Amino acid sequence: MAGEILVVADQTDGTVKRPSLEAMTAGATLAAAHGCGTLAVVAGPGAADAAAALGTHGAAAVVTLDVDTADRAAWAEAVAGVVSERKPAAVILAHTAVGKELGPRLAGLLEAPLASDCIALEAEGGALIARRPVFAGKALVSVTGTGEVLIATVRPNAFAAKENAAAGTVEAGTVAPATRGLGAVLKEILASAEKKIELTEAGIVVSGGRGLKGPEHFGMIEDLASALGAAVGASRAVVDAGWRPHSEQVGQTGKTVSPQLYIAVAISGAIQHLAGMRTSKYIVAINKDAEAPIFKLADYGIVGDAFEVVPRLTEAVIALKAQG
Amino acid sequence: MKIVVCVKRVPSTDSRIKIAADGTSLDTSSIEWILSPYDEFALETALRIKDAATDTEVVVLCLGPSDATKELRTCLALGADRAIHLEDDGASRHDAQVTSGLLAEAIAAEAPELVLCGKLAADSDQGQVGLLLSYRLGFPCVTEARELTAADGKVTAKRAAGGGTSEIWELPLPALVTITKGEHEPRYASLKGIMAAKKKPIDASDVSAPAETLRVTLMELPAERQAGRIVGEGAEAVGELVRLLREEAKVI
Ligand SMILES: Cc1cc2nc3c(=O)[nH]c(=O)nc-3n(C[C@H](O)[C@H](O)[C@H](O)COP(=O)(O)OP(=O)(O)OC[C@H]3O[C@@H](n4cnc5c(N)ncnc54)[C@H](O)[C@@H]3O)c2cc1C
Ligand SMILES: Nc1ncnc2c1ncn2[C@@H]1O[C@H](COP(=O)(O)O)[C@@H](O)[C@H]1O
Repeated sequence: MAGEILVVADQTDGTVKRPSLEAMTAGATLAAAHGCGTLAVVAGPGAADAAAALGTHGAAAVVTLDVDTADRAAWAEAVAGVVSERKPAAVILAHTAVGKELGPRLAGLLEAPLASDCIALEAEGGALIARRPVFAGKALVSVTGTGEVLIATVRPNAFAAKENAAAGTVEAGTVAPATRGLGAVLKEILASAEKKIELTEAGIVVSGGRGLKGPEHFGMIEDLASALGAAVGASRAVVDAGWRPHSEQVGQTGKTVSPQLYIAVAISGAIQHLAGMRTSKYIVAINKDAEAPIFKLADYGIVGDAFEVVPRLTEAVIALKAQG
Repeated sequence: MKIVVCVKRVPSTDSRIKIAADGTSLDTSSIEWILSPYDEFALETALRIKDAATDTEVVVLCLGPSDATKELRTCLALGADRAIHLEDDGASRHDAQVTSGLLAEAIAAEAPELVLCGKLAADSDQGQVGLLLSYRLGFPCVTEARELTAADGKVTAKRAAGGGTSEIWELPLPALVTITKGEHEPRYASLKGIMAAKKKPIDASDVSAPAETLRVTLMELPAERQAGRIVGEGAEAVGELVRLLREEAKVI
């Protein structure tokens, strides 16, 4: 019997993050194909409450860890302890801000291979294969580990989170004091005034480009985003001009997003921008130039002036939401 | 203070990607190479520390094919003091464990106070090597720093933590920090810098890689997206767009 598929989940106050539920479903699907069991590991205050949701998303058993999740080095070490004990065939995490850090830390502690930002996981004749984009999505590779365990982070929105009736059992895991990767001290957290939807995890992203002519016109992008419950993104031209922060830049030297819906407003569609959003499920482009390259990629395009189209779209969305 | 900056050469971001005949790697015949963009930011960060404290030595380290000398000369022209080139024509195919193992050996021999990496290399798109190095070297590590200052035997790093929050971290030295784009654009090489670079040393040696831990079984081009559809022109098209998004795509 092959080792289990272990999923490392992230939660706050008992609520599992959506990308972690996607990772759990991806893990359960892979386990079914590979003919093995599933296990989830969840840490921090509220972990026991989070365990139930992991169970209904496919975890046969859930191990809770009493560790300070703000300390990623200690968290990684606690999870590595579970991995050493249970010897899973694969460890899966969401490729979020947390997973981007925990994944390599686990790989470092376990000296194991890590496939980052995967968009598909498959079992093929006893081997686990992960598919991931390289060269900013201009190519895809299939990779397989040569050792006992393969670690993989999965791209948010690339896998659907599905509920499954069977709930798992919950057990408390043991946490040994952390010994490695220590010494970095978090001095200060500077929270922004409003809690923003994280761009890389958002189901819908509305991005604005240089065609908006100035930072003062991003209000209409924010209005559309807020009507849709979306995150705001930007092209590099806009970030370089200082209109928006780099944390909002989508593209090869910004963030890679893969939402259900990506709306590009007044963005031409340069190759480096496309690199960051081309795997979005649906792409909408609003641009006054019918020849703009973004239209080659867009599922739905409107040729028109953003200053007229966007406010009208926002109104229509608000009206639609009001109808329920 | 001695700083080692790990730099990789990657295909230019506007390269067209073609797959080699082996079906598992990049056809490099018509690729133009650049320094990976985040490594430029890492080098800029080191050079700014050097600008502020002139007794800083900046060493750039690259594991790459022999013709990556060109990218190393660029780093020297920008202001790095010397370069270490681990020559390996297979470098771009190594997984992060192999790469970090080879880099860690060279770094350990240098015994620097600070190691800087890019947050992610623009070919592998994996963002692993920095953290893996930190475990191999036993250094504390902070990732994706936008700003870094060094003083009194420690570094202070500011990073974006997602959801609009920032974090300030302090690390005792020796430490490793991975760098993302911050306030400062990478500088350009001056003519004087380019002349000076010709005389700066590049310490080149051959390395042989241990067995891979992650094997690429296939490299392929992604499926082309279906050609787009223009819904209409101007604000009049909004009604139809909303209908399509709701009824056809089912995303709103
Ligand atoms: C190494 C490197 C890395 C890069 N990384 C990134 C990256 O990560 N992300 C990124 O985005 N770019 C990146 N770029 C830059 C990229 O090449 C483009 O320059 C950039 O994406 C252009 O931004 P834009 O589409 O907003 O601006 P433009 O290309 O100037 O496009 C503006 C568009 O707005 C349209 N427009 C104008 N007025 C209106 C109006 N009233 N209504 C509707 N439409 C209007 C125009 O028709 C035009 O298509 C990178 C470049 C390099 C060299
Ligand atoms: N072959 C290499 N030579 C030097 N530095 C490298 C190499 N590969 C990766 N790095 C460093 O590690 C960072 C992250 O790379 P990666 O984990 O491949 O995304 C890069 O930005 C570089 O700083």
